[in-house]
Amino acid sequence: MSQTIPVPATLARPSGLLRDIGTVAGRAIRGLPRDPEAFFPPLIVAAFFYAVNIGTLQVLAGDSVQGDYKAFQLPSAVIFAVTGISRAGSLVMDIQQGYFDRLLLTPVRRIALLLGLLAADLVQTMLLTIPVIGVALAIGVRFETGVIGILVFVLMASLWAISFSGFIYAIALKTGSPTAVGQSFILFFPFAFLTTSSVPESVMTGWLAAVVPWNPLTYLFEGFRSLVTGGWEARPLLVGFTAIAGTAVVSMSVCLAALRGRVKRG
Amino acid sequence: MITARQLVRRFGDHEAVAGVDLDVAAGEIYGFLGPNGAGKTTTVRMLCTLLSITSGQATVAGCDVATEPGQVRLRIGVALQEASLDPKQSGRELLHLHARLYGLSKSAATRRVTELEQLVDIGDALDRRIGGYSGGMRRRLDLAASLLHEPTILFLDEPTTGLDPVSRAAVWDEVRRLNTEFGMTIFLTTQYLEEADELAHRVGIINGGRIVAEGTPTDLKRSVGADVVVATVSGDTAAACSALRHLDGVSSVEQHGDEITIAVDNGPALLSPVAVALSEQNVTVIGLTLRTPTLDDVFLDVTGNRMKATDA
Repeated sequence: MSQTIPVPATLARPSGLLRDIGTVAGRAIRGLPRDPEAFFPPLIVAAFFYAVNIGTLQVLAGDSVQGDYKAFQLPSAVIFAVTGISRAGSLVMDIQQGYFDRLLLTPVRRIALLLGLLAADLVQTMLLTIPVIGVALAIGVRFETGVIGILVFVLMASLWAISFSGFIYAIALKTGSPTAVGQSFILFFPFAFLTTSSVPESVMTGWLAAVVPWNPLTYLFEGFRSLVTGGWEARPLLVGFTAIAGTAVVSMSVCLAALRGRVKRG
Repeated sequence: MITARQLVRRFGDHEAVAGVDLDVAAGEIYGFLGPNGAGKTTTVRMLCTLLSITSGQATVAGCDVATEPGQVRLRIGVALQEASLDPKQSGRELLHLHARLYGLSKSAATRRVTELEQLVDIGDALDRRIGGYSGGMRRRLDLAASLLHEPTILFLDEPTTGLDPVSRAAVWDEVRRLNTEFGMTIFLTTQYLEEADELAHRVGIINGGRIVAEGTPTDLKRSVGADVVVATVSGDTAAACSALRHLDGVSSVEQHGDEITIAVDNGPALLSPVAVALSEQNVTVIGLTLRTPTLDDVFLDVTGNRMKATDA
């Protein structure tokens, strides 16, 4: 035994939360180009629904929408592109391969393991929103709020995406199962279709009209559409951002509980 | 450097670790030896803060594992049983990422990665994705990642399981070097008897979640006897064991299947009496071997079973 040998001092130091978030986000963002399947399918889905909905519903919608139906459909296309986009699949792989444990062995703050991924998601969803808006501009859609309005639109879409992804991260952390994460798109259906994604609330009847006001996306669409066709209006934007915040409070609460469970379980 | 008092971990009704006491001194290589499912990995995961403790107390580098987990993490390096690495990163990216997570400055990180390149010893592959690495390359990279911040204590959970003999010898050399050159305290779990025998200053043998024997490899082996006679027989082995126990100079007799292990004070002198005793009990002697005790004999002595490594 070599008890007389001096014990070395370790080089490790606690980092700040922002540095931890940046480190985790940096890894996730570097992984984006290596994971093209997480980028192109959502764009294809968005473009498909945009084209099909315009083709099938433009005439039916008639005068019920304010302005051009292509502009009315743009928020739906963006929501299809960004909702459910997250690094939860990578997180599950980390859990399954044991790399998540490797990260937990470092002094990184546990919350940074989640916030870093959300920061990367913010970047990815912004990158996904831009080409969809580009297509809309190319086919003649014009933003009443100009370039600043486009930037607010992108921000709003990305914030919605990460607020929704809290549910998917919760599933990933709770189950550690790629299948469960893969099936989580089912959550998206009630959000995406029980709302004003295709036609305005004024032409809905029956149970659908009763359900729509309970869907946060209804208010988000209101905010989006005000930026495209309505000009700068405070109320729709406020309502839209409140809907995002409300969704985030619920999703992140579930997600943080799942993170605590995962970390405690080990 | 590592202490544990009545450490317990339960998973539902199953008690994986059932009251482990440990005292590992600074600069020591402590071998934690036991078969699969004995509780080695569960104990390590508790000491490394990856798993909560059901009851008991443990300190690592002077910090309480349950109440100061962050302080423990700053002081330890861990290479887990499976080299758990992100296959989509390159080796160099992974090392830099971990250096940042351990709070190293950019210059310190670059210096440490350069220093550890020699240990990893995978040449240009360090800049390729980990997904294409062999098992040995992954293990070396995993070890390098655990050493980036120059930890005070290194936990190695079955570091050579699945490695070829050459890679295993390389890991052994590195463990010895880290201990002798840097005075690093090393807690090594293994299911390989020769690994514990070769590397550890002291060995704790765990079985069924409890430490059943502890000491230096030499002392543990000496506790069995000076020599061991192993007889492989067929026939009435119970009667043969009974007869052997009555021989002068026999310390203990253990039967495991068709193998009888006889711990004796003077092996050469007792070889003939053992053969005669077996012959008198009408058992057929298939083999008779005289050798010095191994840690497996110690395990057999304290548990009544041979250790079985899953992969040798």
